[in-house]
Amino acid sequence: MTPPIHGYLRNDGRKGIRNNVVIAYLVECAHHVAREIQLPYRDRGVHLIGFSGCYPNEYSFRMMQALCTHSNVGTVLLVSLGCEGFDRKGLLSTIRESGRPAELLVIQDNRGTRATIADGREWVERALASLAETPRVPMPMEELVLGTVCGGSDGTSGITANPGIGRAFDRMVQSGATCIFEETGELIGCEHIMAARAATPELARELKASVAKAARYYATLGHGSFAPGNADGGLTTQEEKSMGAYSKSGSSPISGLIKPGDVPRAGGLYLLDVVPDGEVRFGFPNINDNAEIAELMACGAHITLFSTGRGSVVGSAIAPVLKVCANPETYRRLTGDMDIDAGRILEGRATLDEVGDEICERILAVAGGELTASESLGHQEFVLGYKSFEPVGPACHPTYQ
Amino acid sequence: MKPVNTVLLASGDNVVVLAASAAAGDRVRLSGRELALPEPLGLGHKLAAHNIPDGEKIIKYGAPIGSATRAISAGEHVHLHNMQSDYLPTYTLDAEHQFHSAKS
Repeated sequence: MTPPIHGYLRNDGRKGIRNNVVIAYLVECAHHVAREIQLPYRDRGVHLIGFSGCYPNEYSFRMMQALCTHSNVGTVLLVSLGCEGFDRKGLLSTIRESGRPAELLVIQDNRGTRATIADGREWVERALASLAETPRVPMPMEELVLGTVCGGSDGTSGITANPGIGRAFDRMVQSGATCIFEETGELIGCEHIMAARAATPELARELKASVAKAARYYATLGHGSFAPGNADGGLTTQEEKSMGAYSKSGSSPISGLIKPGDVPRAGGLYLLDVVPDGEVRFGFPNINDNAEIAELMACGAHITLFSTGRGSVVGSAIAPVLKVCANPETYRRLTGDMDIDAGRILEGRATLDEVGDEICERILAVAGGELTASESLGHQEFVLGYKSFEPVGPACHPTYQ
Repeated sequence: MKPVNTVLLASGDNVVVLAASAAAGDRVRLSGRELALPEPLGLGHKLAAHNIPDGEKIIKYGAPIGSATRAISAGEHVHLHNMQSDYLPTYTLDAEHQFHSAKS
């Protein structure tokens, strides 16, 4: 039996593993002011997120709702310029309805940059004082949500870190946690193998359809998720990269298919469909790894397991990123940025099972408050772009029925 | 001229993966036979486990990852020059750092 984690209890009943204040800008024009408000407090659990676009978009609005009410977030300050298209009042009421204290500063109505920064910092001081009172309660494994993503992949990712994460996912699913893998574009070529693990035949069809959608989308764009660095690292094709990426999912049955902003209602393994529905609009589905991490967090992820071969250094605002380094040479070069040396499997210094066990131990330690490498280095990357999605159908959630 | 280990990820694969970076002349052992690598290759790169005819599927992790675009001999480096995706073209950066399709 694993000792219970002590989570921060929110008024909506959700439990977080961090107790963060979020400052959110609602258009790029408010970014500087929001960043200036956050800067003096960036090492004290005050995180900056935001949406740059001036034009409203249902997806980004839903993402901001999900992120501002994430279980790791206790209170939110929204910073608006005033004339952007974002529904700031709608977002403010969603956050308040979740029981989280929230405030809105509109720069145009608040005497400009200097006054808004000053007012914002005063608000942060009060917010930090009140957040310190958040009760901590035992948090069963059934309430823990984990995501996984890979970035800067090379020929080692699919051999060491990804199957290592797969072993950890198997153990976590077994202990009741919710585990989410994603990037349907990186599953092109292994959709039939994956669909065989679906909880129902209807879900199997949905899983295959989601990958077919991704293949169409990428074919229209002319590019897959395959980056030039992948070929330098020995990967040759999209489907080769896919098989390696797929191994992050482990071997549990697949319980459902979700889209960004859907928080699974029961434990199990879920595929997150990140490729937009409908005609190709707005460009690449995810412009970088942090766009995917943001979507995993919007689905409730408390921790993201990040597999890297070439050596990504990113972290994230809101939820810790745990780096599992696939390549032993990369680990030696970038030790300070990495949490787990999965590449030692290649040098005969560990087995896959041992790496899987180590990942599970680190998940529990990080859930208990231990900082990941990227957290301790102050990484708080965040990006959010434009997309459009249709809601998932009932076949995607067979376990809810 | 050191020996370098390779990994067969699943039985039935026709490629193996280098477990460490190799210099030209480094030796690998493939189905009992030792051969010297003609060029330096990074960790994770693939070598043909046996002779692969033109057009045959390349099998790694027990699954097809593309097809041979010409006959490949046992021990040969398997990459963009002799195999291609069955799904999407692969893009790489050339020496001038221009984005181009590896197939062109």
